Amino acid sequence: MLMNLFKFKGGVKPPTNKTQSLTLPIAVAPLPSRLVVPLHQSIGGTPRPVVQAGDKVLKGQLIGEADGWISAAVHAPTSGTVLEVAMHVQPHPSGLDALCVVIEPDGQDEWIAREPVEYASLKPEEVRERLQQAGVVGLGGAVFPTHGKLTASKTVPMDELVINGAECEPFITCDDLLMRERAEEVVRGIGIFRDLLQPKKVLIGIEDNKPEAAAAMRAAVDALQEPFLVVQVPTLYPAGGAKQLIRVLTGKEVPASKRSTDLGVQCFNVATAYTAWRAIAHGEPVVSRLVTLTGNVAEPRNYEVLIGTPMDELLALAGPKADTDGIVMGGPMMGFLVPQASVPVVKATNCLIAHSAKLFPPKAPEMPCIRCGSCAQACPHELQPFEMYWFSRAKNFGKTQEYHIFDCIECGCCSFVCPSRIPLVQYFRFAKSEIWAREREKNAADQAKIRFEFKQHREEREKAEKAEKLAKAAAAQAAKKAAEAAAAAAAEAAGSTPPDSAAAPVATAVDAEIDPKKAAIAAAMARAKAQREAAQPKNTAALTPAQQQEIADIEARREAGSRSEDQGSSAALAPPTSPATTADTSTPPSRS
Amino acid sequence: MSHYLFILVGAVLVNNVVLVKILGLCPFMGVSKKLETAYGMGAATTFVLTMATGASYIIDHYLLMPFGLEYLRTLSFIVTIAAIVQLTEMVIAKTSPTLQQTLGIYLPLITTNCAVLGVPLLNVSNGYNFVDSLLFGAGSAIGFSLVLVLFAGIRERIEGAEVPVYFRGVAIAMVTAGLMALAFMGFAGLDKYQ
Amino acid sequence: MELLLAIAVMALGAVVLGAALGYASIKFKVEGDPLVEKIEAILPQTQCGQCGYPGCKPYAEAIANGDEINKCPPGGAEGVQRLADLLGREVKPLDAEEKPKQIAIIDENTCIGCTLCIQACPVDAIVGAAKQMHTIIAQQCTGCELCLPPCPVECIRMAAIGENIDNWKWKYPVVEIKAMPLKEAA
Repeated sequence: MLMNLFKFKGGVKPPTNKTQSLTLPIAVAPLPSRLVVPLHQSIGGTPRPVVQAGDKVLKGQLIGEADGWISAAVHAPTSGTVLEVAMHVQPHPSGLDALCVVIEPDGQDEWIAREPVEYASLKPEEVRERLQQAGVVGLGGAVFPTHGKLTASKTVPMDELVINGAECEPFITCDDLLMRERAEEVVRGIGIFRDLLQPKKVLIGIEDNKPEAAAAMRAAVDALQEPFLVVQVPTLYPAGGAKQLIRVLTGKEVPASKRSTDLGVQCFNVATAYTAWRAIAHGEPVVSRLVTLTGNVAEPRNYEVLIGTPMDELLALAGPKADTDGIVMGGPMMGFLVPQASVPVVKATNCLIAHSAKLFPPKAPEMPCIRCGSCAQACPHELQPFEMYWFSRAKNFGKTQEYHIFDCIECGCCSFVCPSRIPLVQYFRFAKSEIWAREREKNAADQAKIRFEFKQHREEREKAEKAEKLAKAAAAQAAKKAAEAAAAAAAEAAGSTPPDSAAAPVATAVDAEIDPKKAAIAAAMARAKAQREAAQPKNTAALTPAQQQEIADIEARREAGSRSEDQGSSAALAPPTSPATTADTSTPPSRS
Repeated sequence: MSHYLFILVGAVLVNNVVLVKILGLCPFMGVSKKLETAYGMGAATTFVLTMATGASYIIDHYLLMPFGLEYLRTLSFIVTIAAIVQLTEMVIAKTSPTLQQTLGIYLPLITTNCAVLGVPLLNVSNGYNFVDSLLFGAGSAIGFSLVLVLFAGIRERIEGAEVPVYFRGVAIAMVTAGLMALAFMGFAGLDKYQ
Repeated sequence: MELLLAIAVMALGAVVLGAALGYASIKFKVEGDPLVEKIEAILPQTQCGQCGYPGCKPYAEAIANGDEINKCPPGGAEGVQRLADLLGREVKPLDAEEKPKQIAIIDENTCIGCTLCIQACPVDAIVGAAKQMHTIIAQQCTGCELCLPPCPVECIRMAAIGENIDNWKWKYPVVEIKAMPLKEAA
């Protein structure tokens, strides 16, 4: 205890209400009638179901396979039959459905073959892999996959490993009892983390209102001869927030934009350490957790509960009083009323409080903000909640970000102290989820734009390639055609055409080799011309010689014009002159 | 020296173009919805107004007065201002795309800003010399920017306030501007100490 | 005489200023229009062509040249609002119905593998090959509906993306005060 503690600004001291559930030791909850195990119980990818309706599963059998690195596996909490893999309402404020595996227990509670390992013999990657496979996640409430936090930063040396046993939220006592009754296994679990991260020191922070837990942990640390330091921190909500505990124990502040490993510190919950030890040393995946049942109940107590147990069935063990009108999951500061009493217990469920109007009287209506600044004094992150509130309310999300809304941990201190009873945290949650949604939309739009532009680019390229191919084919065709035309013209020229006009198709053929595209056009034009000329004699057959002469004259002038326009470059445009127009040159040209 | 100080303080606070002389109200109402745009507009106006006062002084004294063409003042000032704004816009677009982004569409708007025409005309009627004119122009522009930024700050907050439905939007903005004008009356007489 | 002098002075001024502006417009010429990029950033990039232009960029260019800002149904009323803010124009009601965000789904039993929809998709969100079943990459689909008309067997349908836990948003905690229609108020 010869340690200099730091302080975080703000914080509040709500009535702790912890003693009620501390009188009795941990009890094991009986098997429920059925278990609804949500597949998505951690931050990150949703695990894929690997069982089907009708399958027989054993306790600890894999039912959901981790999807990606930041994702954790899900296991059958007991042996039994899979009834269905279907959508069920989640213990989430939205009250929406998600995919769950429903299991009917067979009552045997028969374990799958467990394989305990000596983790010292494993490589660090293998330990992490095992933790992922065992579904070990942060049990403090954030449910971040633990293996993802067990890699030290490559650039920053690991200074401190902080173990969070503060448990600052009122009513909750599950970590307290875990440390009192199973301290040895917690300390062994911390040992695993220590060996993976290699920190310079390990600090176990416990609020000073839990002297028994601290004593038990100290005894366990001494018994195992570990150099861990058990530190009692002042009781002040939210000292159990990871960032606050890190601040109190090490003096380091972790901003929202950085990971704590970047500052050489990492934080785990005591219950996480416990499950990690069970997973490695006993081969037991996370299928149960400690849950505090308290609030408006006859016998508040901590139970070891299987994941997936319906909350109403569980709460019945503690004997809820008649006026219970809802269940709060989590503590009174950060918890929420579950949308349905039958939703299952998940890995994030640390406490269930039976809600009643007497225990939590409804708040008087919200009043306007008077800018008293109480929220800013209470904020443990030194934010300005009244400013963030104002801009969230005005939906000016750019400004809320300027006031660092993403550093807000939604601890609820500001709402707790607000004399106008403004539900500030709700405004911040609204603003955050709105900003995230916009971010998603923006990313989707950017993606679509890139893909659209690429498609256009590709289409243009394909068109060009196609045109080139066609042109090549056309050039070959044109060369052939031109040769034929030349032959035909030569044959005609043998009659009356002057030799220079017969040279034109030959030029076409020469050109065709140089410029296939032009040649294709030229060939087409030559064909059209030939057709027209073939028809011409018929059209002009009935005309008088004078009229014919006139036509011939006009034709000759036009040709002369066009020939001078595109000399050489496209000689093909000058068509072979037909005998009809050039035949009678004896009459001088006249304009009539 | 104190003469210049009086001109400056008088232009910025006492005879503030917007709140006391009631000039340039269109951008004051139109460009004050966001603080960022208000900064941009303020900067653009400050630059253009200072330039315009200088240029119009030169035109007035060396082009119009020698030929006795004072009656063409308004016309020639407007043309000059429009040209300066256009020129400024082109130079900014070329040299600083980021500034162009911030100023955006507000720069061309200055062309039709009555404050920018009013201040050179006031210079003439006050009989200021060249330095006085520049100072008065700059002061007026700073005063304009000041109230624009203050007003934008207030309006950003009004967005979140529970304003009675029929007062929302421009109505409450007008009321706010009126209150600001009342506040600026407090500066009256500050420039009378000689 | 005085009139001529006035005209001469003004003409001189006009010539000088005109020359200066003309010189500046050549000297300080900038390529590209930053406004188009800004407008395009607001458009939702569905590339659906509901605005009558073959994609979002052409529409952005059209807006910059003075076209209406209310022709983009996927952008919704909010998109119109943001365009109006950017351009300093009046907010207009959308000239088409605003639909919830949706994606296309191919009924894989009916699909005959004609590849027509693949060619129609502006963002390459459909995979498949000739005479093979096609499917839609849901994450990339913008819901533009351009694949519906070419399908000869009508095996593509649009499905709204419902709310799920991942895209669920906290609700605005304020009860909105709405203006009462004047008739009722009176």
